[in-house]
Amino acid sequence: MTEIVMSQTPPILHGPSEKERKYDRQLRLWAASGQSALESANILLVNSGSGVVGVETLKNLVLPGIGRFAIYDEACVNEADLGVNFFLDDSCLGKSRSQSLTELLLELNPEVQGTWYPNESVEALESVLASSPVFTVVMYTHPISPKQLSLLEAYGQEHKTPLVAIHSAGFYSYFQINLPGAFPIVDTHPDETATTDLRLLSPWPELVAFSEGLTKDIDNLDDFEHGHLPYVMILLHYLERWKATHDGKYPATYKDKTEFRRMVQSAARTNNPEGGEENFDEAAAAVLRTLVYPSLPSGLKEVFEYQHTDPVEQRSGFWIIADAVKKFYDKHQCLPLPGKVPDMKAQSKVYIQLQSIYKAKARKDAAEILETVRSMPGGQNIDPAEVELFCKNAAFVKLINATGGKISRADRLRAVADQEFSSDQTAELTLSPLSLLPIYLALQPTAHMTGLYSSSPDANAAANAISADEILRGVAELVPGAEQNERVIQAAREVARAGGGELHNIAALTGGMVAQEMIKIITKQYVPIDNTCVFDGVASRCQVLRL
Amino acid sequence: MTSDEVYPGSEPARWVYLDRIRTRPGPFTNPDVFDGSAVAKAMESMKVLVIGAGGLGCEILKNLALSGFKDIHVIDMDTIDISNLNRQFLFRQADVGKFKAEVAAAFVEKRVKGVKITPHNCKIQNFDEDFYMQFQLVVCGLDSIEARRWINATLVNMVDEDVEDSYKPLIDGGTEGFKGQARVILPTVTSCIECQLDMHAPRAAVPLCTLASIPRQPEHCIEWAHVIAWDKEKPFPTLDKDDPEHITWLYQKALARAREFNIPGVTYSLTQGVVKNIIPAIAATNSVIAAACCNEALKIASNCAPFLGFPDDNYMMYSGNDSIYTYTFKHERKDDCPVCGQQARPLPNVDPAWTLRELLDSLAERPEAQLKKPSVRAEGKTLYMQSPPGLEAQTRPNLDKTLTELGLVDGQEIAVTDPAFATVTFKFRLRFK
Ligand SMILES: [Zn+2]
Repeated sequence: MTEIVMSQTPPILHGPSEKERKYDRQLRLWAASGQSALESANILLVNSGSGVVGVETLKNLVLPGIGRFAIYDEACVNEADLGVNFFLDDSCLGKSRSQSLTELLLELNPEVQGTWYPNESVEALESVLASSPVFTVVMYTHPISPKQLSLLEAYGQEHKTPLVAIHSAGFYSYFQINLPGAFPIVDTHPDETATTDLRLLSPWPELVAFSEGLTKDIDNLDDFEHGHLPYVMILLHYLERWKATHDGKYPATYKDKTEFRRMVQSAARTNNPEGGEENFDEAAAAVLRTLVYPSLPSGLKEVFEYQHTDPVEQRSGFWIIADAVKKFYDKHQCLPLPGKVPDMKAQSKVYIQLQSIYKAKARKDAAEILETVRSMPGGQNIDPAEVELFCKNAAFVKLINATGGKISRADRLRAVADQEFSSDQTAELTLSPLSLLPIYLALQPTAHMTGLYSSSPDANAAANAISADEILRGVAELVPGAEQNERVIQAAREVARAGGGELHNIAALTGGMVAQEMIKIITKQYVPIDNTCVFDGVASRCQVLRL
Repeated sequence: MTSDEVYPGSEPARWVYLDRIRTRPGPFTNPDVFDGSAVAKAMESMKVLVIGAGGLGCEILKNLALSGFKDIHVIDMDTIDISNLNRQFLFRQADVGKFKAEVAAAFVEKRVKGVKITPHNCKIQNFDEDFYMQFQLVVCGLDSIEARRWINATLVNMVDEDVEDSYKPLIDGGTEGFKGQARVILPTVTSCIECQLDMHAPRAAVPLCTLASIPRQPEHCIEWAHVIAWDKEKPFPTLDKDDPEHITWLYQKALARAREFNIPGVTYSLTQGVVKNIIPAIAATNSVIAAACCNEALKIASNCAPFLGFPDDNYMMYSGNDSIYTYTFKHERKDDCPVCGQQARPLPNVDPAWTLRELLDSLAERPEAQLKKPSVRAEGKTLYMQSPPGLEAQTRPNLDKTLTELGLVDGQEIAVTDPAFATVTFKFRLRFK
């Protein structure tokens, strides 16, 4: 057996820095790499309407230390703002809303920079876009004028900048993320329990040798040794025994596996004070979970089958590594080994050796892939750490916004509407929640009514009175027939009730969700939505739709 | 009343957006209980209690102030720490060390004109039922399950069927990383926090023998330093988990042990995380969950739309790790809930050969019990009492007797009390394996 030499860095005697202490609770989620991505980000908010949801989003980004933000908002602060927006107070009345918001947001975190527009030198949105350093993400809130929207869309296309549209009115809201192309995520943070990959049905020579060494005389081991065999070794040993009596085949069916489980269970020693062995319990419990042949997870399959339309995109690090991993998969019929061993009952030394055997194999697989990467055009400059991360997470890699651009937005909305309305008809039978698409549809006709949010207390003032009938007429243009759907009619009445105004709670809730998504996009960690999230504050639930 | 008539609050221009919703019925409003003309005034005179002025609490205070509530109390015994500043947005660097409740209350009062916020810098257990009786609504943003269970038991106990005002809706939020939950408890009507206890199972403890002789993970080395080495060497009189010097001592001990066993991965940050049981927390998730809670508070207070707790759904689970997912459902009340139910809760898989000590240890770990300092009686006979010291000494010998020796039988009902929940007797029925 090879001697395992561990290298450990000497202890750092000083504690964490001031900044590490301040950001401790979030560094545990996205680590220093995520934090540095956040600190390099530059966000633009084009604010309008009653103006809360975008500001609440910014609050949740300023606190964790986003690099910089800018607010473009043409409004002046009025009385109604003070009843709904926390980042304004009486002293702001009559002043530029973007300036007041920026100043009060900046109080939250001295490390963040913020600017506001329009100001004395830059007035039009066009000039803001032309004169600023490139924005990492642009968000805008509805209602927005069609002219400003097309400016932002053009900007997004030109700079490959993700656009986030947000609309919050009364109890309803939605937000939609428009990514400039396919958006791959490697560091998806899957649940710990999902990541165990032990390769018990395709062990490699080093693992087999180690296992045989420990179990060749299994029945004559003393109780301590027997009771501390790692369950990986127990399963490998009894799999060999099983094969010996089953034509050399592994247990394949559910019935086989439960029978195999009984075989493992009955091999536990019971004539001891505990009346059983914990490691054999662990082995039996792991049978169904771990005796599986490697397969290609759907997320990675989508990556392997993705058809590139953009040659620049194709030469990015992610796609070169993905190509190399695909070659590896085609050759070996399995993914690179992630190399993580879950904790199990075992002696320290044996467990550490087992861990090193898995790690060594993972490193070997990663090295093979790195070699393939190096041989590919553009692969010479790729950071080995990026390859390693991909290999570790290969089974959980996800592609967001994979099928962009084939059908028009308008057609897709109609197709989704068809599907949602028809599944609603059987929702009661299938015990599934009703679609929230009606909310999205009912909000659409007010998406560009920039006069709507007028804060006049007179509900009948022409500016803020949009009737449910008017909304339904707008819905009919988007999805003919939908205006007759009972739930769309209800949603239209609820939207009319709000008269374009926000409820602070719904704006804050939506601002929390948008901020989570922005963090995921900026740090390229966890999995963002694809692509629209609708929230219903009456029923307190949300739904993600691809629109 | 026509549906487009807005009944204004006291400052109509300021609260116009809120008034459009809370004073006018919508398509889902129940007309039998909704009176738009009375809402603004009724909410102004309502007293709301906020428990916790941390990550959720700061958001809750802001949200309630901007939802038309005018008389808010807040309880929190903690002072501000630097690690709060990444999400507790009412606090600044200069506030570190001050009471959270005080600073948060003053900030929101100053920002939102016309709202009164009364801070209480103390534990919730310092107040009695008379204090809690003055509120119409309780909103909780806590990180401790124990405090939640305490306020839940208190509010359930306060219910007097003949006094309508004795029902205090409890709205509770909790977060961890990108995930969280919001729930509404109508005491004795809906399922309560104790009914839902198994949804918050404690992390399984590492067996002592693993810590003592066969560590495999960095966490095992840290727990060894925390549980075994500290007690043996007592480098400081008492362990203060917030003292960097103490954490550094544990870190170095853990690191030395990890080296001895060749275990990689012990860091200062991990040491701190394990010892303090740190739960990752961010502003964005707090924003989602606190707002979900306050949205229910507004709906309950005004009846302007249906709220969680009636008639069906009472629980919203939220997860933002992988896309966004909410699951809103009805958590059923449990007849055998020790707080709001009538029957004893079954305690399965009990071994008659266990000593009483083993049974008590299992009560701490079982998700359906989670009682750390239990005292036990059976059929009126005291088996073990944690206090007073005289009684503890008298009953201590029972700890080493087996359940059979103590005369406990399959199906036996035992009564358990715990100082953390002074008002509650937990009834369990033993089920032998
Ligand atoms: Zn209960």
